[in-house]
Amino acid sequence: MDADITLRVDGETRRLTVDTRTSLLDALRERLGNPSPKKGCDHGQCGACTILLDGQRALSCLALAVAYDGAEITTADGLARDGELHPVQRAFLERDAFQCGYCTPGQICSAVGVIDEFEKGWPSHVTEDLTGEPEITHDEVAERMSGNLCRCAAYVNITPAVQEAAGA
Amino acid sequence: MTDLLEPRAIGQGLVRRDGELKVRGTATYAVETPVENPAYCHPVQATVARGRVTAMDTAAATALDGVLAVLTPFDAERLASTEDAEYAVLQSDEVAFRGQLIGVVIAETSEVARQAADSVRVTYDEQEHDAELAVDHPGLYKPEKVNAGHETDTAEGDVAAAMATPQRDGGVTLERTYSTAMYHNNPLEPHATTALWDADAQFLTLWDSTQGVHPDRAAVCEVFGLEQEQVRVVCPYVGGGFGSKGTPHANVMLAVMAARALPGRPVKLALTRQQMFFLAGYRTPTIQQMQLAADRRGRLQAIAIDVVEQTSRIKEFAEQTGVPARMMYASPNRRSTHRLAALDVPVPSWMRAPGECPGMFGPEVAMDELAEELGLDPVELRVRNEPEVDPETGKPWSSRNLVRCLREGAERFGWAERPRGRREGDWLVGYGVASSVYPTMRQATSTANLRYADGRYVAEIGAADLGTGAWTILPQITADALGVDVGDVDVRIGDTQYPTASVAGGSSGTNTWGSALVVAARAFRDKFGGSPDDGDEISGDVDQAAKDDAHAPYAFGAQFVEARVNADTGEIRVPRLLGVFGVGRVINPRTARSQLIGGMTMGLSMALHENSVWDPRIGQVANHDLAEYHITVNADVGEIEAVWLDEHDPYVNAMGSKGIGEIGITGTAAAVVNAVHAATGVRVRDLPVTLDKVLPGLP
Amino acid sequence: MKPFAYAHPGDVAEAVRDVAAEPNAVFLAGGTNLVDHLRLGVARPDLVVDVRTLTSREITDLDDGGLRLGAASTNSEVAADRRVRERYPVLAQALLAGATGQLRNMATTGGNPLQRTRCPYFQDVTTPCNKRQPGTGCSAVGGYTRYHAILGTPGALPDPTAPETCIATHPSDMAVALTALDAQVHTLGPAGVRTVPFVDLHRLPGDDPSKDTVLEHGELITAIDLPPLPAGARSAYRKVRDRASYAFALVSVAAVVHDGDVRIALGGVAHKPWRATRAEEILRGGPLTDHAVRAAMDAELAVAQPQPGVEGGNGFKIPLAARTVAATVRTLTEEQS
Repeated sequence: MDADITLRVDGETRRLTVDTRTSLLDALRERLGNPSPKKGCDHGQCGACTILLDGQRALSCLALAVAYDGAEITTADGLARDGELHPVQRAFLERDAFQCGYCTPGQICSAVGVIDEFEKGWPSHVTEDLTGEPEITHDEVAERMSGNLCRCAAYVNITPAVQEAAGA
Repeated sequence: MTDLLEPRAIGQGLVRRDGELKVRGTATYAVETPVENPAYCHPVQATVARGRVTAMDTAAATALDGVLAVLTPFDAERLASTEDAEYAVLQSDEVAFRGQLIGVVIAETSEVARQAADSVRVTYDEQEHDAELAVDHPGLYKPEKVNAGHETDTAEGDVAAAMATPQRDGGVTLERTYSTAMYHNNPLEPHATTALWDADAQFLTLWDSTQGVHPDRAAVCEVFGLEQEQVRVVCPYVGGGFGSKGTPHANVMLAVMAARALPGRPVKLALTRQQMFFLAGYRTPTIQQMQLAADRRGRLQAIAIDVVEQTSRIKEFAEQTGVPARMMYASPNRRSTHRLAALDVPVPSWMRAPGECPGMFGPEVAMDELAEELGLDPVELRVRNEPEVDPETGKPWSSRNLVRCLREGAERFGWAERPRGRREGDWLVGYGVASSVYPTMRQATSTANLRYADGRYVAEIGAADLGTGAWTILPQITADALGVDVGDVDVRIGDTQYPTASVAGGSSGTNTWGSALVVAARAFRDKFGGSPDDGDEISGDVDQAAKDDAHAPYAFGAQFVEARVNADTGEIRVPRLLGVFGVGRVINPRTARSQLIGGMTMGLSMALHENSVWDPRIGQVANHDLAEYHITVNADVGEIEAVWLDEHDPYVNAMGSKGIGEIGITGTAAAVVNAVHAATGVRVRDLPVTLDKVLPGLP
Repeated sequence: MKPFAYAHPGDVAEAVRDVAAEPNAVFLAGGTNLVDHLRLGVARPDLVVDVRTLTSREITDLDDGGLRLGAASTNSEVAADRRVRERYPVLAQALLAGATGQLRNMATTGGNPLQRTRCPYFQDVTTPCNKRQPGTGCSAVGGYTRYHAILGTPGALPDPTAPETCIATHPSDMAVALTALDAQVHTLGPAGVRTVPFVDLHRLPGDDPSKDTVLEHGELITAIDLPPLPAGARSAYRKVRDRASYAFALVSVAAVVHDGDVRIALGGVAHKPWRATRAEEILRGGPLTDHAVRAAMDAELAVAQPQPGVEGGNGFKIPLAARTVAATVRTLTEEQS
């Protein structure tokens, strides 16, 4: 069963027809030709498909496209504006925070979400004092980035890259 | 001895050339190749572990709107070669393992393809299956050779005699059984292919996720009876492989078959994560029976490893697990054997450091146990058993700096002050050590083409970059061989349109392709001098590079681990992991460090988390997804440091470099287990080391 | 994945009517479990009714000093809410121990407690499962039981072929905290509104393991109320898992300590969040020493049935549960003293 929807993707309005079964991930990759969010597991178990969905990091593989008609989506490609890389992207390059690159766009969208969540004062599993303001420490970042698997295992580079981009 | 390059670009930590595309997500991987009007494939898999497919009812599938074709063993094209049973997809009704490919649906959309595949009704004549590995499996046999052409068994001296007599003078013997789990490579990019068959031109184009476009093409040509000129394989980026994309698997053949069923229409076939646990290779579980004998000063008198592992009934893969124990330490009496059980299981294959990775678990834990029995420092025990020449071949080492790695690591890690069972709050703390090793290999074939065009040097070679850094470091090597600025060099890889290159495997890529590039660059300079003309061109072959057979070339390392075990729950954390390596000259410290820490982290993952839990009743991995097959996440990783010695090796190649893709994963799991033992007194001999295994030993 | 119709009705009442009218209809909220199941073929609805934007997303103070969590509030929002962090740390900690940042941004208060078991055989449509396909048997018995139940199971060696056999566990962390907090669940169904004590929301397998909860078809969670805790009460959540993050619990503990009394709920050990009422009874009035808590938990776990299976089965959960409860209570009483 098909449905017509509109998405704002990386600042552009896109109208498209999707199957009710189509995930946001497949809508982006297979219908709109945007390869930036990756399919690593298709079940919310790896984080490679992470996008910013209405400003928050979310897994596009677990979102039915039809349920997000009108949503604002930013992919890692859209984070780079006017040919300028986002500070998180620059930090990933400088720290060599990736190898094969497949989890990378998801890591980067996730990191942008993490920085925003720090700014909002959101706690994490490793926040000692739930009533205080969390600090951008190694352990805080590592915990918050744990929804993004990296099989090449660039974690020891990813965490400082995110800390650096967060201005810690 | 080779004529070593003068390092200028070599040694610089240049940022990855493909980095910007990767951080934006615009580097296109196989299934993302932009093609006109693609069709989507979804495979059908067997749901019995052994038997025959008696019927497949595809009526519901073909009746669906948008279904273009359904292929089954009863109507699929006949292949030119079925010699490799893994590749003989849809060629017979026989089911050799659960999850085997028995059909494929091709449809206008991925949603319809999947729905149609689910709707295919299959009936089987199911037979009793045998899918459980055991150390005393009645079908154990001796393979002719083990992986990489190694002898199956080796023996020197008399291990039995040494084991029977060493007790006098305070000597010690040790007999232990260790086991490693089944592991799945699980690159984050699932195995995937875009395929286009041009029937008029009789030409096949494959955009395939592979560690070697040329070996991939050769396999496809063999199976489909095509000439190399009829097939182009393209793969600029690989979303990880770790060996599983080193050889094609059945999914590639199925994609080609689907493309040939739909001439002129590009088809896309990506395995689901779940399907990867059946179809994309894996590391066999291993059982390692170890025997060690040592005199009271810790000098080994005997070392023996008898390995039992599995392969599939339809295709043999014999992991060379016993190989590293043949050369690590000096001992007059030595033995190694490999026995396999051929089971109704998926086909095992390469996974990062086949042989060395599992084969550095049992022996390196056994050395720790031996040190404990002798009351010796495990670092010192290893130092005392340093062989002067390769015990296996008698050749001198090209360079061997294990002792320096151990000493340097001990110093940096604070080994002398190591805690044993020290309690810090709720945590028990211990340190562990183990050695690492990986052979330095070079493949026999690879050719590089080099030309001068528009003021730039352009090298072409069908090499692969699966995150290893080839895009970035091959220009560094080429620039130094030419004596030009690295910014003036382009290297193009990942396409069979470029000259033949060997697989990115066995940590041999840089050695092999780099050597070919150096040959080409030197020939270019010899022929055209320092100011070439536009269009000047030459090629170079790896077999023209100097080759040293007089030495045993290996990289060595030492890994140190701090383990903390929660005294209440047994949860295990590794806040610190240090690796010190002797890997020759490092070409790009930025990407090299990533390779080493990546290997070490995967070793940590193997130690604590990874385990394809086999359910022998049904013949499949029970935890076949990434929620339950745990790979290490960011929060599991504390401080991981990889350093390397300034090591000079004039024998390995013109770069003076050894492979670094695999050594990092060797020995890590043993070091973790040894650290957990130091923390808790509990010796875990079967991986992974999980909290339930240490719980009984907690206060 | 089978095709389905998608509806996005105007309000909650209409959504309830839509689902009630179609026997094979389901509600969709955050989708983190339903979409997963649609793709696996575990859920095969004809109609998906989207309620994500229909129920309240607000977190509001109640007159009695408690809090009301609107069903559409996300797990992230609840965990970050100042009142939750200060008054119900056990809930904030449970939420933050669950899933990942991305998933918590999607998962909702109404949906999280209704997520289904992660039993690998339940999730694999090629293996028999009484929960997914009633009457086909239980593949987990004698199989991979690491994440399976030790409490509330049908006996020492359940019959894998019996239609009632199920040794699955409930995977939600949030639900364990809500069980310890004596939360109340507000629903709207075809028969109107009702309030269900959270502790009664989930079922044991009984004779029908396909039913996870007491909710009727078409009954929608609209809000969850947290009753006030007594002044001076302390609470905490401790999750023990195989990875440091992004893993389901082997055993988890939600504990609330007040004046020598303790409330204990366990995750990862049963078909539902397990309220350790026997241990609570024994410990009533204190003292909450390590020894006393371990002894009380031994009594609670006296009926536990370890499930054998590949990789050694799950008998380790019995000592692990007792140890984890003791450690969690110790943290709370140490803080107090």
